[in-house]
Amino acid sequence: MGAISLIVLACAGIAFSAGGIIVAKLLVRGSTNPQKGQAYECGIPSEGTPWNQFNVGYYLFALIFLIFDVELVFMYPWAVVVKKVGMMALVEIIIFLFILFMGFLYAHKKGALKWM
Amino acid sequence: MFSLEGITKAIDTWLNAHFNSTVVLLAECVLVGVAAIALFAVLGLGLVWMERKVAAVMQIRLGPNRLGPKGIFQTSADTLKLIMKEGLTPDGADKFLFNLAPFIVMIVAMLVLAPISFAKNFQIWDINIGVLYVSAVSSLSVIGILMAGWSSNNKYSLLGAMRSGAQIVSYELSAGLAIISIVVLTGSLSINDIIQSQQNGWWIFKGHIPAIISFIIFIIAVTAETNRAPFDLAEAESELTAGFHTEYSGMKFALFFLAEYINIFIVCSIGATLFFGGWMPLHIGNWEAFNHIMDFIPSSIWFFGKTIFLIFLIMWFRWTFPRLRVDQLLNLEWKYLLPISLFNLLLMTVVAIMGWHF
Repeated sequence: MGAISLIVLACAGIAFSAGGIIVAKLLVRGSTNPQKGQAYECGIPSEGTPWNQFNVGYYLFALIFLIFDVELVFMYPWAVVVKKVGMMALVEIIIFLFILFMGFLYAHKKGALKWM
Repeated sequence: MFSLEGITKAIDTWLNAHFNSTVVLLAECVLVGVAAIALFAVLGLGLVWMERKVAAVMQIRLGPNRLGPKGIFQTSADTLKLIMKEGLTPDGADKFLFNLAPFIVMIVAMLVLAPISFAKNFQIWDINIGVLYVSAVSSLSVIGILMAGWSSNNKYSLLGAMRSGAQIVSYELSAGLAIISIVVLTGSLSINDIIQSQQNGWWIFKGHIPAIISFIIFIIAVTAETNRAPFDLAEAESELTAGFHTEYSGMKFALFFLAEYINIFIVCSIGATLFFGGWMPLHIGNWEAFNHIMDFIPSSIWFFGKTIFLIFLIMWFRWTFPRLRVDQLLNLEWKYLLPISLFNLLLMTVVAIMGWHF
């Protein structure tokens, strides 16, 4: 099958999840309770909202990840042809990786990889 | 002899003989969808049961043993229980995103099935960029996890989702580099070509030490990517209750739980395809007689056997290693695994160019 299989599989995924949820909705007789909808926090009333400022460390890792993820996408086509092109391709990818690795070392030196 | 290829061929010829092409296409679409759903259900029930049995064996106890022989219906009963539970949305949650998240996780898990080759000539879509497709689509599941954690309006969920996001994107790099080091050897991204290239031996044997190193890196990285212990920081029970799915209950929770096991199956099947030859039987060089005997075992049994072996390995890790701290987890990836896998890739390239592999 061709690309149509992706549509089929996506529909199957939707049908599977929706089927389960709808069957559960039909079977369950829910009860109401004012405390039922509260966010779970060890049984005590929750304090403040979770949607506020957050540790910057996670975002730093996401930024460094971007460098290497783009590199990874460039490396897939390289990997396919490297056997045919031979030594030249290896030298080129070493230069490419070296430049990227300098950026990585810079981030490391700046302390971006240290967890606070 | 039993073979999945024969079944699909028979269905295809029967349909083509009786109906016109549009009806055949529609019927095949429906059949593929139903087969995928059935596979999901069976895998979910089977793997959860296997996980509990493996845990029991590791801890020298019996595990589930009441429902059916060896307790195989225990997970079905659990699913039945989960269907009877109310799936409630907490007050103050972002209702749309909260309800959308399990769908996204499930659809992504379903989409990754497309290029996986379950047996000889038994594949939903033989896409020529199969490996790239798998690594691209499977990393989408992090969106579902972040969505679930953020929309729950719960601090545990948000922390779990953030950790999971940082962890999945970090370990994706090592997994990708391990995949690329096999692509260097095969020179093709298509899953079918990768399997065909292992006709005279699996890459883990043919690729010398770099292949073994990349297999080890791959199995570490996928354990982290699927949020399994010892990297289960995203849902560390003792600190975050249940991580990103703290607020989920009933069927929506079941979908997350199922998607986790499906993801384990998918990454293990990719590992089996890249390093252990997928459905390719154990062939050794030009030992014709030996190879011929191995061919008698159906290809689907080879594929599922290898995949289940890798799944068992990942379950084994859970009961062997203690959980890491979040800074140790990120250090392991960025300071050890990433440089090692980059270096290993260059080593593998030298091996491939020089033709030192068998």
